[in-house]
Amino acid sequence: MITRRAFLAAAGAAAAAPATLHATPEAMNEAIRALTAGAAAPRGRVKLEVPELIENGNSVVLGVTVESPMTEADHVRAIHVLAPLNPLPNMISVYLGPRAGRARFTTRVRVANSQTLVALAQLSDGSFWSDQVSVVVTLAACAEEVK
Amino acid sequence: MARAIVKVPARARRGEIIELRAIVAHVMETGFRRTETGALVPRDIIRRMVCSYNGVEVFRADFHPAVAANPLIVFTTLAAESGRIEFRWTGDNGFDAAESAPIAVE
Repeated sequence: MITRRAFLAAAGAAAAAPATLHATPEAMNEAIRALTAGAAAPRGRVKLEVPELIENGNSVVLGVTVESPMTEADHVRAIHVLAPLNPLPNMISVYLGPRAGRARFTTRVRVANSQTLVALAQLSDGSFWSDQVSVVVTLAACAEEVK
Repeated sequence: MARAIVKVPARARRGEIIELRAIVAHVMETGFRRTETGALVPRDIIRRMVCSYNGVEVFRADFHPAVAANPLIVFTTLAAESGRIEFRWTGDNGFDAAESAPIAVE
């Protein structure tokens, strides 16, 4: 049995929730700064693969490929994926090296809102490269009510 | 022990790039969801997946709540020598799971 007080608390929480449902632009910038230490991350060399129209944000196949010879002298050290309008901007970070053979991975993620996803790659020479894909989400993930 | 499935080719040529797949059963509760009464459901996620090839780390992933339930990860590695490829997942509430598979390299 839901009491009137509990209902009002829930309604209040639901009304207040949208403000906290996604990261602020500052949080996104802060997350990028934490990864790049302020270095520029121009677009190129990175390919972020994700469907542009997402019907269900709860499980979205996402892949990142970086052009790299993956040798001891020239390889990808890390790949990060960020979502500026998810509750937290960081989605996943992977760390690899020349033993990976290819700078590529695939996973499944949650996407909370229509937004522009960002992939960032850090190379062994310290440079950063990025790619972006704008996605439209019809059923959002992350903050739905638990039945 | 949590249910985990890993796919590693049984045999490969030395220096060949092989694809590895790993999936583990886990709710990956985000910590942002609420119940009907407005109570926040506490976060319960896997934080890290580490892949080791004969004991040497070759790939690591840090998961955030944005990784979907039953996290799947697909990546590649160079077939170096025969042995075992081990996957280990660790996370909130002391979660710890491991699975491994043998590989024969010619």
